[in-house]
Amino acid sequence: MDVGFITKYVPLYIEAAKLTLRLGVIGILLSLAVGLVCSLVLYYRVPVLRRLVSIYIELSRNTPLLVQLFFLYFGLPKIGIRISSETCAIIGLAFLGGSYMAEAFRSGLEAIEKSQMESALSIGLTHAQVMRYVIFPQALAISVPGLCANMIFLIKETSVFSVVALPDLMYVAKDLIGLYYKTDEALFMLVIAYLILLLPISILAAALERRLRYAGFGN
Amino acid sequence: MSEETTLLEIRHLRKDYGNGAVLEDISLELKKGEVLVLIGPSGCGKSTFLRCINGLEPIQSGEILLDGASITDGTAKWSEVRQKIGMVFQSYELFPHMTVMDNILLGPMKVQKRNRKEAEEDACQLLERVGLLDKKDAYPRQLSGGQKQRVAIVRALIMKPEIMLFDEVTAALDPEMVREVLDVMMELAGSGSTMMIVTHEMQFARAAADRVIFLDGGEIVETGTPDEFFDSPKTDRARKFLNTFTFEKK
Amino acid sequence: MQDLGIRVLFMGNNFLRLLGGLWITLKISLLAVALSVVLGTLLGAVMTIKHPVIRAVTRFYLEFIRIMPQLVLLFLVYFGLTKSFGINLSGQVSAVIVFTLWGTAEMGDLVRGALISIPAHQYESGAALGLTKAQIFLYIVIPQTLRRLVPLAINLTTRMIKTTSLIVMIGVVEVLKVAQQIIEANRYTVPDAALWIYGTIFFLYFLACWPISLLASWLEKRWKN
Repeated sequence: MDVGFITKYVPLYIEAAKLTLRLGVIGILLSLAVGLVCSLVLYYRVPVLRRLVSIYIELSRNTPLLVQLFFLYFGLPKIGIRISSETCAIIGLAFLGGSYMAEAFRSGLEAIEKSQMESALSIGLTHAQVMRYVIFPQALAISVPGLCANMIFLIKETSVFSVVALPDLMYVAKDLIGLYYKTDEALFMLVIAYLILLLPISILAAALERRLRYAGFGN
Repeated sequence: MSEETTLLEIRHLRKDYGNGAVLEDISLELKKGEVLVLIGPSGCGKSTFLRCINGLEPIQSGEILLDGASITDGTAKWSEVRQKIGMVFQSYELFPHMTVMDNILLGPMKVQKRNRKEAEEDACQLLERVGLLDKKDAYPRQLSGGQKQRVAIVRALIMKPEIMLFDEVTAALDPEMVREVLDVMMELAGSGSTMMIVTHEMQFARAAADRVIFLDGGEIVETGTPDEFFDSPKTDRARKFLNTFTFEKK
Repeated sequence: MQDLGIRVLFMGNNFLRLLGGLWITLKISLLAVALSVVLGTLLGAVMTIKHPVIRAVTRFYLEFIRIMPQLVLLFLVYFGLTKSFGINLSGQVSAVIVFTLWGTAEMGDLVRGALISIPAHQYESGAALGLTKAQIFLYIVIPQTLRRLVPLAINLTTRMIKTTSLIVMIGVVEVLKVAQQIIEANRYTVPDAALWIYGTIFFLYFLACWPISLLASWLEKRWKN
């Protein structure tokens, strides 16, 4: 392996990783927001909205991000909606991630027995207080492993961002392979870059999961 | 034992889930300091009745009055009503993510806006009374069923309710833990608390009750003092029900 | 819009060409799923063996495959193998290899999870009835394992189909590539073709995956006691 080549092009990977991380974080935050709203709509069975949310979730979960991005980036400009590569990537990630986060939040909310709500109401708490002090803390603890898995999933999904002309890690690797034919070095750095991005999150997630596990209160 | 002020009055209450009545034309009064025990076969509607009184189930017709004012006409705020009517559930329903102390303090601090220190003193006193002061920092999962249920009773008591509702609070407990919970309830009954108890513990019912109400098929079949009811039930249905608790070798 | 770009879909055999492109994706997915089910079941069984070396190796395999984006794995096989070992693999073959490696890891983990989720007293009560080891496996363990496993394995199929969309990035002529060709060919006559074509592909994928997802959640509900 050509160490000189590697050291020379490491900065390119760092820039690309920063881009991946920045877009990934924004996309994940939006996903969490979309997911929370959708899960509440489903939890409270809000009429009409509930149907829309279900349709959105099915569409989002049953189509690949790559195709969603093609539509956003190449399709929409034809009817005058022109969005930048970055916006496109963020919207795509939030569209995809929102449904996954919604499912994670919802499974947490639904895991809390209805009788918890009743016993909290019986001591005189208002509905909002019950949600805040009794339901949400427990639901969130149950959702955490799912939410973490989704975050890792979404960061991995960012690897298709190069199709909307974003200079991400895949883009850099492909470029170096094409230009210099330094395949081993380019791929080696690619793998290392993703390991650096994903390993800490996945270790953190595993630790968090152990700590927050529902059964763990008081252990 | 019972003084003459009526705390709770139920008039012609009817409850159904859309496929026939679960409770039909229930009327009764609960006086201050009175201990009322509701008994009856499974599915007779006694738990539903308690849940109606605490606003956990909407009623289809009739009226419930607390201190002479209707709580079912839509103007009463349930969160205020529920401070006056405490309830303890069969499945304890402690909040698993909070310590015993935080479970107990949630109501006083968030509903009554009391300061923590002062509420904590109250909580300690009550915990002492049920013999669980040493568990105040434990989490629910570290407690036995009987201990959880005693904490649940304290959690309801600390709101200083006028009436306490007990919904089959020993039904989920291992036999050897039933006693510790019933002892707490006996002590409450002896100290003048107003209570409405749904239970299958007949000996306890007899010892604790001022009045026994026998529910069957969603209606009140018989009312009487414990001695009247257990020794000489007036109706066939009550006799039949009581017979299910005695055994004979054939 | 008077000049509806949707007509590009019905010009010549464009729609059939798109379907043909999608078929390439589906074919690769299904092949990889079939291989993954077989290999994954083996892997899952192997992973229940309590041997430190076997544990370390399978664990490493699983973690590495799962933490890497599938596109990176595709690049590793498609570009990496060609360069390092001089093996010249077509995009399609690379895709089958990668998705089988990935599917085997996922499936293996599912199988392992399902196997260890059968509580010990199930084996014990089987033994108490006088059943032989093979009978316990055949009549008690396998039926219960399958009920947990089948919905999850079906879900893996939709994930596989969605992920296989990535093969356009290693130059396989599949549905997105065909779309690009059609759009390119009609650049001047139907300028807004991209909207309609990509919209169509979006729904084609949905139509391919949705029924499978429904089947999985239906089975899951049905078999939950």
